[in-house]
Amino acid sequence: MAHADADSADGSLARTLEELDTQRIALYVVLVGLIAFYLSPLWGGVTTAFKTDAGFVQTTPLIPPTPEWFTLAPWQEAFGRLQGGLLNSVTFVIPATVLSALFGSLAAYGLTKLSWRGQVGVLVIFLAGVFLPYQSVLVPLRQFWSMVGLADLLSFAPFLAERADLIELTITHTAYGIPICTILFRSYYKGMDDEMIEAAKIDGANAFGIYRRIVFPLSLPMFAVTLIYQFTQIWNDLLFALVLITARSNYVVTQSLNELQGSLAQEYNIQMAGAFIAALPTILVYVIFGRQFAQGITGAS
Amino acid sequence: MDFDIRRTLTRLSRGRRRAAGSDENRTDDRPVRTDGGASSASTSASASTSGHTSRWTRLRHSEAVQAIPFWLPPALLMGLFVYGAIGWNLLISLTDWSSLLGPDYTDLSLEMYRQMPDDPSFVAAFRNTIVLLVAFTGVSLAIGLVLAILVDQNIRFENTFRTIYLLPMALSFVVTAIFWAWMYNPTTGTINVVLRGLGLDFLTRNWIGNPDTRLAAIIFALTWQFSGYAMVVYLAGLRAIPDAHYEAAKVDGASTFRMYLRVIVPQLSAATTSAAVVLMVFALKAFDFIFVMFGNNPGRSADILAVMMFRVAFSRSQWAYGAAVATVLFLLALAVVGPYLYLQYRRGDL
Repeated sequence: MAHADADSADGSLARTLEELDTQRIALYVVLVGLIAFYLSPLWGGVTTAFKTDAGFVQTTPLIPPTPEWFTLAPWQEAFGRLQGGLLNSVTFVIPATVLSALFGSLAAYGLTKLSWRGQVGVLVIFLAGVFLPYQSVLVPLRQFWSMVGLADLLSFAPFLAERADLIELTITHTAYGIPICTILFRSYYKGMDDEMIEAAKIDGANAFGIYRRIVFPLSLPMFAVTLIYQFTQIWNDLLFALVLITARSNYVVTQSLNELQGSLAQEYNIQMAGAFIAALPTILVYVIFGRQFAQGITGAS
Repeated sequence: MDFDIRRTLTRLSRGRRRAAGSDENRTDDRPVRTDGGASSASTSASASTSGHTSRWTRLRHSEAVQAIPFWLPPALLMGLFVYGAIGWNLLISLTDWSSLLGPDYTDLSLEMYRQMPDDPSFVAAFRNTIVLLVAFTGVSLAIGLVLAILVDQNIRFENTFRTIYLLPMALSFVVTAIFWAWMYNPTTGTINVVLRGLGLDFLTRNWIGNPDTRLAAIIFALTWQFSGYAMVVYLAGLRAIPDAHYEAAKVDGASTFRMYLRVIVPQLSAATTSAAVVLMVFALKAFDFIFVMFGNNPGRSADILAVMMFRVAFSRSQWAYGAAVATVLFLLALAVVGPYLYLQYRRGDL
């Protein structure tokens, strides 16, 4: 029943109708019903975010607001409160994403494309880091950064010293992103043809030359996957931010959103608008790069 | 040491032609390589048999040396933050550090671990963690499998369906916790409103306010977020099964249900294992979700080790006890992932 030819080119109405027996109709009803289930929190969130305070209490949650209850105020309020967090997130997520992907690519190259003894052993060490529950490093992590005293070390540059928390977060996310990035690149490099590399070796290229001229350009599709994966992971993280960010001016977006939720006990319209604003970058990335996103999240298994 | 990529590419295409047996006009003066584009392993093997052992050994040695700058910096960063930190955490858990001053490493004992069985808060958190692990993983796998089978029926708009089922995974726990706190609101939340609309008033309740349903409500929401992941893994597994297996089952007169139960699902064991491991790791990390919904004290009914660890260490400054709870969490993860990694290693998948 499955696995015949996929959606064929002639999607004529006649053919569609012909295909529809009761079983097929039931299948589509179930699939659409499931869409309703998966989208209901988001749909309800959108409708609520456009309602006035009285509106979300007095109207049915999934029904869009009538003109009487319609307002943009929750979005303005939420954006005002999240603005700082959004900006801080952008400044630390981008370097952490790029650095972890680059380190992962370099490590995977050294561990798969160059042959030496003990490769597999080192690889296992990289691999195991993927599954670590971050709780088991939080106390030492906090202790480590307080011992380093990054803010004092950077006192010569007040601009950086004020943002020491964010720099700590960048380095931390880079370090914890290395295992998964290495795994993603390793599976890609394992399937890569060695012909070009061998030829370049004969022409006297050294390991760095081969990486820069051949392997790196060929890994650009995997960089897309890895950058997308890391971007969503790091953008969405709350735990490391809770532990490392102390100055309110350095709060990242997940922290600001969590605070918004905590301080406005029942103001669901502002909370929902805030949730959408905070989620917008990852939703956009997901909708635009869906295939790479799926490749990234399944790459670890 | 520099080289010319164009020359390499030219040589490469000549090599291909040679392999195809049409090598008449070779113009450069380099020796012909007879092994075409062999892998480095077979290159060194064939070379060592032809008497250039010392030269190739040197080359291999230099590859080991050349590899160092690539893997060492990330390994050091990881070694410090991952393995160093785990070791340090273990050391801290053996102290009795519970102040704003630093820990005292001179007097180590297992005292923190001895306290655990007598701490009702730990016992509840441990129990809930196990329930969450088993129930969340089991339900997500089951829903993911059903989703994958439904999507795999050669349907139209397959991409759209898949994209929507997987969408919640792109959202952060903070966002999904906010959505679900609203869904579960006893008066204005969608769940109870829909139940009332269907005339099922007797089913409505304060889902997250009531200790009896709190953990189930958390598991349900997490399943909503992650069943799409199980679907993607199962879809890949289903696509790897040859069509012949479906046809053979059909010829044997098996019903669709029996065909999946007896023929298809058993062949998905690899997908099940890897999806289960990853889902369990998600469950152990479900901290953010519970923390946003309930703060760091969700009560005995929904406390998990990840949340308890954070509360004990970061708001009560019982650092040593927090570190000990973290060690238990780490051991749980190891119990889940260790056998999986070992199996992968045995199968040569590493």
